[in-house]
Amino acid sequence: MGVQMTTTPASKTPAANRAPSGARLADRGFRWLCLAGALVVGVLLLLVIWQLLRGARLSMDRFGWGFFIGKTWDPVSEEFGALPFIFGTVVSSIVALLIAVPLSVGTAIYLTDLAPPRLRQPLSSLIEMLAAVPSVVWGLWGFFILVPILRATLYPVLQKCLGFLPFFQGPIYGIGLLTAGIILAIMILPIVTSISREVLRSVPNLQREAAYALGATRWEVTRIAVLSYARRGLFGAAALGLGRALGETMAVMMVIGNTPYIGLSLFHPASTLASGVANEFTEATGDLQLSALFELGLVLLGVTILVNILAQVMVRAFTTAETRRVA
Amino acid sequence: MKMTINKIARLTVCATLLLAACSQQSPVVSTAQAQLLINGAGSSFDNPAFMLWKEAYSKTDPNVQINYQSVGSGAGIKQLVSRTVNFGASDAPMTDEAMKNAPGKILHIPVVAGAVAITYNLPGSPALKFDDATLSGVYLGQITKWNDPKIAALNPGANLPDTSIIVVHRSDGSGTTFIFSDYLSSVSHDWASKVGKNVSVNWPAGVGGKGNEGVAGQVKQLPGAIGYVELAYAKQNKLPVAELKNAAGKFVAPSPESVSKAMATATIPDDFRFSMVNAPGDESYPIAGASWVLLYQKQGDAKKGKTLVAFLKWCVSEGQKMSPQLDYAPLPDSVQQRELKLLDTVTY
Repeated sequence: MGVQMTTTPASKTPAANRAPSGARLADRGFRWLCLAGALVVGVLLLLVIWQLLRGARLSMDRFGWGFFIGKTWDPVSEEFGALPFIFGTVVSSIVALLIAVPLSVGTAIYLTDLAPPRLRQPLSSLIEMLAAVPSVVWGLWGFFILVPILRATLYPVLQKCLGFLPFFQGPIYGIGLLTAGIILAIMILPIVTSISREVLRSVPNLQREAAYALGATRWEVTRIAVLSYARRGLFGAAALGLGRALGETMAVMMVIGNTPYIGLSLFHPASTLASGVANEFTEATGDLQLSALFELGLVLLGVTILVNILAQVMVRAFTTAETRRVA
Repeated sequence: MKMTINKIARLTVCATLLLAACSQQSPVVSTAQAQLLINGAGSSFDNPAFMLWKEAYSKTDPNVQINYQSVGSGAGIKQLVSRTVNFGASDAPMTDEAMKNAPGKILHIPVVAGAVAITYNLPGSPALKFDDATLSGVYLGQITKWNDPKIAALNPGANLPDTSIIVVHRSDGSGTTFIFSDYLSSVSHDWASKVGKNVSVNWPAGVGGKGNEGVAGQVKQLPGAIGYVELAYAKQNKLPVAELKNAAGKFVAPSPESVSKAMATATIPDDFRFSMVNAPGDESYPIAGASWVLLYQKQGDAKKGKTLVAFLKWCVSEGQKMSPQLDYAPLPDSVQQRELKLLDTVTY
């Protein structure tokens, strides 16, 4: 989490020395206000963690570390393990990223470098409007319209052509890990696209012109001058998209099939941390079950933080290697 | 520029927070002066009934306002135990342990009863019959094909394809699942020992859908699927429903009448924590269950307590006349009388 602080703007220069005292007071007030705002976020997060820990205590005492590797989720015999939920969360999010990132980056390149100027604004507005569609609408649309189409067209073809891979074996229900990944991909498209667009826009034009001057084709300019320059930012865009995908609940719950599952088939119904909590929380009658659900929430928070840190580490490793090569 | 935007943003946040705080306060204050507010929370299965009843009851007694939050049975029980509501509602009776942990003696008052219908998706939607062994076999994942001899034997003449049975169940915790797993536990030793009964269970087979609409949607979409939904839901969506073999060996279709019959023949103890699955009697539908209102026998606030009891008495007598329009089964007369007597034991 702390890694995000490296990007705080360095705009707090103490230029207030020569200003009249009224302005200085306002400046100070503004500073305190901002500090309070920043603290509220931190305190909220701490409170959430504290509350989750408190709620999860019973389950932590009972299962210990075994909770993370337990494969059974049985509310009757009160045996709870989080592994299938962790698996479903991570796999559906990775599938979403694999679909969304190439699409988003491609769209962003088109919007910044290739599209005719009068098309750019309407196209980006359209993509941003995708972000305004509520999650439950995506879920319903996915369930009633996308699932039947996928089951009848794409999935049989995938199984026929790529059926030798374990990912595309097993019965086709229509709902399942792959469908959840596709819905998630559509949902994270707008955010990944708009951030990628901003990142690509910040690539200095000199960079492009230099490449053109060397006789590069359009594709070569994009690859050498634009993409390699913007790599770090694009990685960041993907990480933000991943963060959203990990925690998405309603839409996933409607298309994933809600069955705890660990295995290779992407056609199989599965369950995620967020959907597991949303499914059982309202009717959880046993104290231990409720506590285990709290712990699922805690695990989700942990997974999200872990993934963010990992992404940052990868970005750093990647970019330092890059600069070394350039030097 | 930056500063003004920040200021505006912060002011807006403050203003919204203030507004939120105010708007949460005001309705409680104003209604408490004008009307007596009775708060209830719990089962979403009961919600349509309470919506209807609170409207109708406000004509009987305009000074009472019933406020029911459909938050789920578990949350309803929790709110009752922490005394933040006047009554709770649950699709499953409280366990002995939960009763012991409550701060006072809690009464169970059945207010609605309903059937769980078995629905399916087969070409031509043939009328199907199931018995206890077949249904539990399907849900245990032991019977996997529609043309299995066990299903064929019950349905001579029906066109049963050689396709896989896709089992659909609820993914969210629900009273419907409690009733269904209660039935399977009572008819199948295997189910009772391997899975058991609860509002959510560890399903041996199948895919999960959220809510009745989720299960119905999946059954409609997946050829060869079978699922269980509340009867009202199956009727509204014109889904095919199966006839089930009851304890007397007769095949019965789900309906408010066949549930009332089951309730009349079921053994009901004095504390009303009963199960009416697989009830005896020729006309009883086997997968049915009640939903309970929960209240403390010793009410703290005499005025509110008396109002609550009056409302509940109305629900279990007059209110029952409205049940069929919501596809709930009306409580049989004998049960109504016993419940009224139990409500008389409430002290203030």
